[in-house]
Amino acid sequence: MSKKMHVGLIAATIILLVLTVWISGCTTTQTTPAPVANATPQKIVIATTTSLYDTGLLNYLQPKFEAQNNVKLLITSQGSGKAIELAKNGDADILLVHSPAAELTFMNGGYGVNRRSFASNSFIIVGPKNDPAGITNMTPEAGFKALYLQGMNKTPNVFFISRGDGSGTQTAEQNVWKSAGYNYTQAIDKSGPWYISAGKGMGETLQMASEKGAYTLTDEGTYLAYKNNLTLTPVITKGPSLLNIYSVMAVYNAKQPADKIQMANKFINFLISPQTQADIGNYGVDKYGKSLFIPMSVTVPTATAGWVGDYSTPATALAPTTTVASATTAAPGAVSATTTAKPANGIGTNA
Amino acid sequence: MSDIASGFAQAVNLIVTLNPEVMQIALLSLYISFSATILAACISIPLGGLIHFHEFHGKAALLTIIQTLYSVPTVVVGLLIYLFISRSGPLGFLGLLFTPEGMILGQTVLIIPIMLGLVVTALGGVDKNIRDTLLSLGATEFQGIFQIIREARFAILSAVILGFGRAISEVGVAMMIGGNIAGETRVLTTAIALQTGMGDFPFSIALGLILLAIALVVVVCLNLVTRRYAA
Repeated sequence: MSKKMHVGLIAATIILLVLTVWISGCTTTQTTPAPVANATPQKIVIATTTSLYDTGLLNYLQPKFEAQNNVKLLITSQGSGKAIELAKNGDADILLVHSPAAELTFMNGGYGVNRRSFASNSFIIVGPKNDPAGITNMTPEAGFKALYLQGMNKTPNVFFISRGDGSGTQTAEQNVWKSAGYNYTQAIDKSGPWYISAGKGMGETLQMASEKGAYTLTDEGTYLAYKNNLTLTPVITKGPSLLNIYSVMAVYNAKQPADKIQMANKFINFLISPQTQADIGNYGVDKYGKSLFIPMSVTVPTATAGWVGDYSTPATALAPTTTVASATTAAPGAVSATTTAKPANGIGTNA
Repeated sequence: MSDIASGFAQAVNLIVTLNPEVMQIALLSLYISFSATILAACISIPLGGLIHFHEFHGKAALLTIIQTLYSVPTVVVGLLIYLFISRSGPLGFLGLLFTPEGMILGQTVLIIPIMLGLVVTALGGVDKNIRDTLLSLGATEFQGIFQIIREARFAILSAVILGFGRAISEVGVAMMIGGNIAGETRVLTTAIALQTGMGDFPFSIALGLILLAIALVVVVCLNLVTRRYAA
């Protein structure tokens, strides 16, 4: 008898425990969103990359945008490749990445509207403090060439670690190899023990490089956030091929509700507004002593045609223009310095 | 090495002061994994009883498949569920992606095999005579299953707890289905992955300690129950 009672008691306690957790779980999820909204806020999913999210910029901008609009931003950061895939499947409403070539493919596929570039910064090449390969202050291309030659010669302590995860940062690295005159898949990838493909996020790759005394290419924001845990120092910080452009676009597909595209457009216009541009420029100054991002309002970088999207025309379109616009329709001031007549892929004027 | 020491110190501080962010993440983790465990138990225990009670063609093969699925990678479950509940997937209209409910679904699917398999094993450990006696006394199948499950309740309880352990410690489903959205779907494991990626080791250590503390509480409870009733 008493045994039965005990079992009952235990069961009751477990159920009670679960219920408490359940209820508290519910209440916490309900109370955490800012209790301003009288109507339930619209939920907008932003797919973004780890390197952008990890700098904290989005957490910094999110409350500002939510204060202006009855909206709850759900930000998920899972790496450029995954973020673009989510957007293609219609699982996100806004795509925020730094992989211009992949973005243009995305836009060309009709998966998005209103691509706007809002900021840029520079990738940097970091390495051990004693710089065993001696590449300090070279151009990125010359530095990579030196790393390749010494790596293939099995020079002691010369290693390069690549993200190896298909991220925007890895794409940038591949572009440097390309402009240095190497075919990445044939000459660089798996070319020897000097070239290590990590398959990890930026922070973990930096740590790996630090432990191994290797060189790697990183976005500056993650490096600054990590600096204190690393024995690495920036060796190459300047060069056109290190340009890192951040762009935003609204997801479009047949099922995408118009009100979500409208809210996405509001967010895009928020990012390119003078106030937010100033905020972006100030972000990180107090913590790192320098801006992590250069807003387009300050400097519009020179890049491959189409990479820097429109940065001033307000986003209004609710669907992609059916005919792919020609290069000349790029917005006033949009830069296309290095090459001349590549198609601008329907970015630019849709106002 | 000082990283570890200072990390632990800050971790303890975050826990003792009931840091709201840490608490919210821990509660959400408990909510999701408890719910998944209960759902999975509600499915696995009766189903395990049915599998145990019936001899059918391919039973051994079925058990082998179930046991193989013990070690299904969490990201694979995450990917499968994602493909189903993606807006472009067959269940997209439910809007489960990036919600705690979607994560509960994913974790339930993840832990059903291990719970089911262990329940069947647990029932197999019950003396065959009990079943025969029950049936000879005229028990219906339902009564028979019920009594045998009662007989094996401690082994079943540990199966359930093992399922909970797998649910609360997994990161694949939580990341792919939940999306690690702050305040919405960020749980202990995904928060640890994120904070480590951001170089905030103390926060990660604090969350790791909480995860271990939850495991400790669960195991101690299990041991108390078992010791009291096994005697």
